[in-house]
Formats: sequence, C-alpha cells, structure tokens
Amino acid sequence: MSSTTIQAIFDDDDVLLSAVKDLKAADYHIEEIFTPFPVHGLDKAAGLKNTRIAITSFIYGLIGLAFATWMMNFMMVADWPQNIGGKPSFSFAENMPAFVPIMFELTVFFAAHLMVITFYMRSKLWPFKKAENPDVRTTDDHFLLEVSTINDVKTLENLLKDMGAKEIKTKA
Amino acid sequence: MMSHYEAPIREPLIIGNKSYHDITVDVAAPVEGKANKKWWIAFTIALVAFLYGIGAILYTIGTGIGVWGLNNRINWAWDITNFVWWVGIGHAGTLISAVLLLFRQKWRMGINRSAEAMTIFAVFQAGLFPIIHMGRVWNAFYVLPIPNALGSLWVNFNSPLLWDVFAISTYLSVSLVFWYTGLLPDFAMLRDRAVRPFQKKIYSLLSFGWSGRLKDWQRFEEVSLVLAGLATPLVLSVHTIVSMDFATSVIPGWHSTIFPPYFVAGAIFSGFAMVQTLLLIMRKVSNLEAYITKVHIENMNKVILLTGGIVSVAYITEFFIGWYSGSSYEDYTYLSVGAATGPYWWAFWALITCNFIFPQTLWFKKLRTNFVWSFFISIVINIGMWFERFDIIVIDLSRGHLPSSWTMFSPTFVDVAIFIGTIGFFFVLFLLYARTFPVIAQAELKSILKSSGENYKKLRGDNHE
Repeated sequence: MSSTTIQAIFDDDDVLLSAVKDLKAADYHIEEIFTPFPVHGLDKAAGLKNTRIAITSFIYGLIGLAFATWMMNFMMVADWPQNIGGKPSFSFAENMPAFVPIMFELTVFFAAHLMVITFYMRSKLWPFKKAENPDVRTTDDHFLLEVSTINDVKTLENLLKDMGAKEIKTKA
Repeated sequence: MMSHYEAPIREPLIIGNKSYHDITVDVAAPVEGKANKKWWIAFTIALVAFLYGIGAILYTIGTGIGVWGLNNRINWAWDITNFVWWVGIGHAGTLISAVLLLFRQKWRMGINRSAEAMTIFAVFQAGLFPIIHMGRVWNAFYVLPIPNALGSLWVNFNSPLLWDVFAISTYLSVSLVFWYTGLLPDFAMLRDRAVRPFQKKIYSLLSFGWSGRLKDWQRFEEVSLVLAGLATPLVLSVHTIVSMDFATSVIPGWHSTIFPPYFVAGAIFSGFAMVQTLLLIMRKVSNLEAYITKVHIENMNKVILLTGGIVSVAYITEFFIGWYSGSSYEDYTYLSVGAATGPYWWAFWALITCNFIFPQTLWFKKLRTNFVWSFFISIVINIGMWFERFDIIVIDLSRGHLPSSWTMFSPTFVDVAIFIGTIGFFFVLFLLYARTFPVIAQAELKSILKSSGENYKKLRGDNHE
C-alpha cells in the first residue's frame, strides 16, 4: 500500500506551528515544510535533528590555522631563512608574533568559506538549480505543509482543515 | 501570540498596519518599478565621476606615480588616506549584520542589507588603492605566495602590507558570501513574484533555487550565526591590521599601541555615519519609512555617539601620552601642540571639530531624533574621519626625526580625481543595487513582524489593559 502526500497551505506561522505539533502528536509523517521566513521553534516541533554545520566550520578553521602555520614556517624559516630587518628567522617561535595576523585571517577564511560551500552543497543550492517550492506564495506569505499518510486520506484532510489550513491539495 | 511577547517599553520597529504580504510588496516595489528621472540624474553624475576617476587612474599608471603630489618624505598621502577611509566605512556593514546579530538586536533587520551592500562597495573602493598606489602595478601579483620559477621566491610575512592583502581579501570575500547567502530567500521572493520572463530568469539564477524548506532554514540560520561569529573578530582584525601599517613603524605619531582599537572604533564611527547618510535618503526615495524608522536612526546615532566618544578618548590619550613620553619627537605628531599650531593647524582643527565636538550634540534626544541634523552630522563625521587619516599620515610624515627632511604636501588634481572617482564608483554600485536588489532583508523582517510590528504591539497592549 503506497502512501499519499497531502499539501496543506496555511497563512499564519503560529497556526502552522501548532498544526505541526498536533500532527506529530497524532503520529503523522511530515514530509516537508516550505516557509517564507524562518519560523522559530518549527524545526524542534517537526522533530528535525540539529544541524552539524557549525562543527564543520570549526574543523575547517583548524585546517586553515594548520595551513597558515605550515606555509609561513616553510617559506620564512625552512626555505629562505633570511634576515629581513633584524627579525629572527631561526625558528618559528622566535618570529611568531609577526605570523599571528595571517594565521588568524586564514583560520577565518577557511572556516567561513568552506562552511558556506558545505551549506550550498548540503542544501543543494547552486546558480542553475530549479526552485522546488510547490507554490510560489511560499516565498511571500504562505506556509506549505506536506504530510503523508497510508491510512484514510479524508481523515487527514479534515484534521488539517480543523487545524486551520486554508487550502488542501493531494500531491500528484 | 504569546511566543511573540515583547516588553511593552520597546518601540515598534515596523510602523503601520503591515502584514507579511505588505512587507513583500514594499520591498519588491523599487525592484519591480521603473527608475525615475532623479535616479537617472544621480546615476549619470556618479558614472561621470567614476569615468573621470578611471581616466586619472590610467593616467597615473601610464605616466607614473610622480603625477601625484607625493614627495620624497611624504610618500603616502591621499592614496592611503582614502584607502583607510574606505575600509573604515566598510566596517559598519559587518558590524550591523554580525555584531548586532550576536547581540540579538532586532533593529538591525531593517538596515542590515543596505549596510552590507555598503560594506562590499566601500571595500571595492578601498581595494583599488593598494593596487594603484604601486609604482609597478603590473607586478602586483608578486604579493601572493605562489610557487614560481625564481627558485620559488616567496613573500615576506613580516610586513603589515602583506597582512593587509590577506585581511582585505578575506574581509571582502567573507562579507560577500555572508551578504549573498542572506540574499537567497529575498531573491527567491522576487523570482516567485516576477512576471516578465527575463526578470524571472535572472532572479532564478540569483536565488540558487532557494525553496525555503525547513531544513534549509535551519541550516541557513546556523550558517548566519556562525558567519556572524566569524565576521565579528574579522572586522576587528581587519582594521587592526590596517592600523598596523602605521603602528608597527618607527615614525613618531605612528608608533602607538593604541592604534588597533582606536582605528576600529573610528571605522565603526565613520561607517555608521555613512550608513546614516545613505539610509536617510533611501528611506525617502524607496518609500521604506515604515521599516527604517526613527528608532533605527536614533539607535545608529547612539552607536555613533558611543564610538565617537571612544575615538575622542583616544585623541586625548594620544595627546597626553605624547606629552607624558618626554620624547621631543612626539611634539610634532598629528595630535600634539605642534600640530595644533603648525602649518597643518587647519587639518588638526578640522579633525577636532568634526569628530570631537559636533557628534557630542547627539547627547540631546531632540537632535539625535532629528533627521536633518542626523544627516548633517553624518556628513560632518565622514569629513572628520577623512581628516583623521590624513592627519595621521601626512602630518606625521611632514615633521619626522630629521629637520632637513621636513616638508609639506599638496595634492595634484590626479590625487583628487581618483578620490572623486572612487566616490563615483561607490554610488554607481549603490544606485544599481538599490534598483535591482531587495534592499531590506524581508525574510528576516517578517520574523520580527509579530513581536515588533506596530499593529501587533497595539493588539497586545489592548489585550492586557
């Protein structure tokens, strides 16, 4: 038996939020929610796991720091240990203060850009990507909820109507 | 509604009886409408100034740096003054979008998009100067540590000018992705409203197929928060590194440990002044008075007052330490009795008047909530902050250790033309932005409508009484 997906359109974020809570309580499976702006608490209510994107950023930052340290040690101490204005180039530690600005900048550079690229890849966003929101109003002032059921479709439709859905469509 | 509770003492940030749809319509209106005559006049003036500046830049590169007013002693003047000035202006944008996000300031939402645009466009202008002030522009790529055929000859990582390269390019690129990521939902809104096929195509391309899924929003908010957390130290570090161009030198007046925080405060000071200038015009011409309200203007004035105070304290400190050090060379630095009475007395007093005295008027609520006065002060501060950089660079170089190399500086028309050109370029970009981009982060604004909208606040007030 295949499941049916129903699209319900709401016009208020608070109504949507309570509908999502009630649907979860009634053990319905929420497929997707499209909203025009971030509705706070909706990810918790829909049972979404936390994103790990901040963790990736931390790791990327460490890579940036390691890269900067390696690069400057190689160029300034290992490859050409020159005397430039009396700065001690005998070891990394001796000339370390002069390396701090770039170590910092590269840490931020790596952490920021690689995280943003990760975000674009994970969320599948790129210049020629086609938009996938089923209704154009969901970027303006409407909220679309996709729920699937294998049981009685009519019951779910009535339930959504009671919860305040303005329009209900069965996904083709 | 209870989840949107906000203390009744807070003034509304969105004026009028606005709904989500009204926000969409108001933000999309300038993009969907046609440019009027005034826009074309402003754009033409800016474009002419820009082209004039390009001419001056090409003339400089073709003929040599000698066409500028620099001399053997004063070998940095308008070029680096303008560079630091533009970088400083660029700092407010990131401050508004990043620092105010970390502090959960809701009033940032009406202004952050334009402030970030201003950052990007100002850093573009700033980025021109380190390149065009080089004697051999075509060798500029030598600043990058790229493996090469000269035995792999590397750069010297001890120089703050190289730190600048890393700082400015990191700052520009991170600000750009921060701004762009925030634009995705707003481009998507324009895409979904577009009626003309060409417009639809363009905004589909720009919006990267943003669909507003729940998971996307969750990541989007986390990414924004982490980027804000990264951009905040970045802002502080970038102007710190710019200040080290001077602070790490041995020149009296430059060699000062106060420069890093003092330059950053000055950057925020001048940057907010520029945001103020632009937004006071924009709210009128783009009909955004409901979103950029008196509260926004007043809050920005408060930040200007705070940072202006920090800068003023730094002036006093510099002046005091100059005297307290007992070093006779410190008698002729940019903040010394020598500067106040010397040949550059007018530049010294321009700095004191514009940055120290005038901003203090913002202590009065009547004046800081007055749009005309705010506009006037914002212009005054930008002039004053230009003079601050000019004073630091030129006055300190004009009276150095050796009296036989004391000299004066006067700019040539090429110096001036390049500066005018960057102002023109800035406004060309900003005017184009104002007609094609959603100038207010409408998706963010919608998330505070119920807590900070005037109609909703009134509704809550009625219920509780």
